[in-house]
Amino acid sequence: MVIAKTVDGEIGIMPQHAPVLGVLVEGGVLRVKRENEGDLVAAVHGGFISVADDEVSVLAEVAELGTEVDVAAARDALDRAQASIEANQEDADAALEAKRARARLRAAGEEV
Amino acid sequence: MGAQLRLLRRRINSVKSTAKITRAQELIASSRIVRAQQRMQAAIPYEREITRAVTGVVSNAASVDHPLTVAKENPAKAGVLIVTSDSGFAGGFNANVLREAEALRGHLEGRGLSVVPFVTGRKGVAWHSFRNREMGGSWVGFTRKPAYSDAKEIANTLIESFKDDNGIDEIHIVSTEFVSMLTQNVVVKRILPLEVEETEATESTVIPPYFEFEPTAADVLESLLPRYVESRIFTALLQSAASEEAARRRAMKSATDNANELMRVLTQQMNQARQAEITQEISEIVGGANALADAAAGKE
Repeated sequence: MVIAKTVDGEIGIMPQHAPVLGVLVEGGVLRVKRENEGDLVAAVHGGFISVADDEVSVLAEVAELGTEVDVAAARDALDRAQASIEANQEDADAALEAKRARARLRAAGEEV
Repeated sequence: MGAQLRLLRRRINSVKSTAKITRAQELIASSRIVRAQQRMQAAIPYEREITRAVTGVVSNAASVDHPLTVAKENPAKAGVLIVTSDSGFAGGFNANVLREAEALRGHLEGRGLSVVPFVTGRKGVAWHSFRNREMGGSWVGFTRKPAYSDAKEIANTLIESFKDDNGIDEIHIVSTEFVSMLTQNVVVKRILPLEVEETEATESTVIPPYFEFEPTAADVLESLLPRYVESRIFTALLQSAASEEAARRRAMKSATDNANELMRVLTQQMNQARQAEITQEISEIVGGANALADAAAGKE
């Protein structure tokens, strides 16, 4: 089962799912539940999910596997982004940066 | 030592050092091709999937009119993205691309369009600025190792101009396609507006499934198409980078071969000259000795 977050909300895809093409949100977490194995988790920043013929493909501009996330760096990025949001409420870049950092931390299994 | 001999030695030395340089360039290019090819391979799945997604949307939602898919009624300007390299020493690589771009320009102008070139690579930019051609945009410095962000920057410029009412109405791309180490072809493609290909259904044709869209087909298309253009440009940049190295390797190999051949001929000439000099010296000595002997015989 694949769980992803599209702009319309979370979507869960089981085998035999009808073909879907969705737009993923910036700073979302993608989870692939596998039999006999642990979940595959990835932070996905933007992109698409396409389901067709029992095949799920995720096209992302930037993506990172949870196991590969540098937790310290992500937390650092989050702190910096939050600091600049506090300084300037309308800092869209920083808001986006905070979103991304949160997604990376969640993918790595950290509490945010 | 004779003057001719000295001259030949000097030439051989100079050819030898040139051969060393070209040989080194050849080896560098060979090792770079492998990495360039790997980068090219790595980008293939993404492009394939995104092309499939675009095909899916367009064939499912024929009613969706998006500025990026509809051909304008009276196209006035065409943008041509010309992908060349930053550095030379690559044989006819850049000349081939530029020749093809000129042919496309002629063709487009024949249709009554004015052409705006967008150029990547120092060689192409220099070529255009030397001829005082105005460019819609130019990018240099990454042709050996293009990153996705480079493709994104180019795509943004092109799409912005495409969406602008006074901007370009078509986007063509002239680049080099990497077929194999020995074959690279210059290809001309139109990326926007999308070309709908009516194909005959064969057994291998997979009919795109009927998609549901989240949130709507128009929204999906809106964010999908720029990614598609980026991906197409990225692929062209990567292919061009691999082709550039392959062309450079070939050019440097033939330069090294030429230098070796020249060295062989010059060495032969040098040996001949040396032999001639020795022969002359011996005959001078013998002649001298004979003259001395004759003079001594005459005294007695």
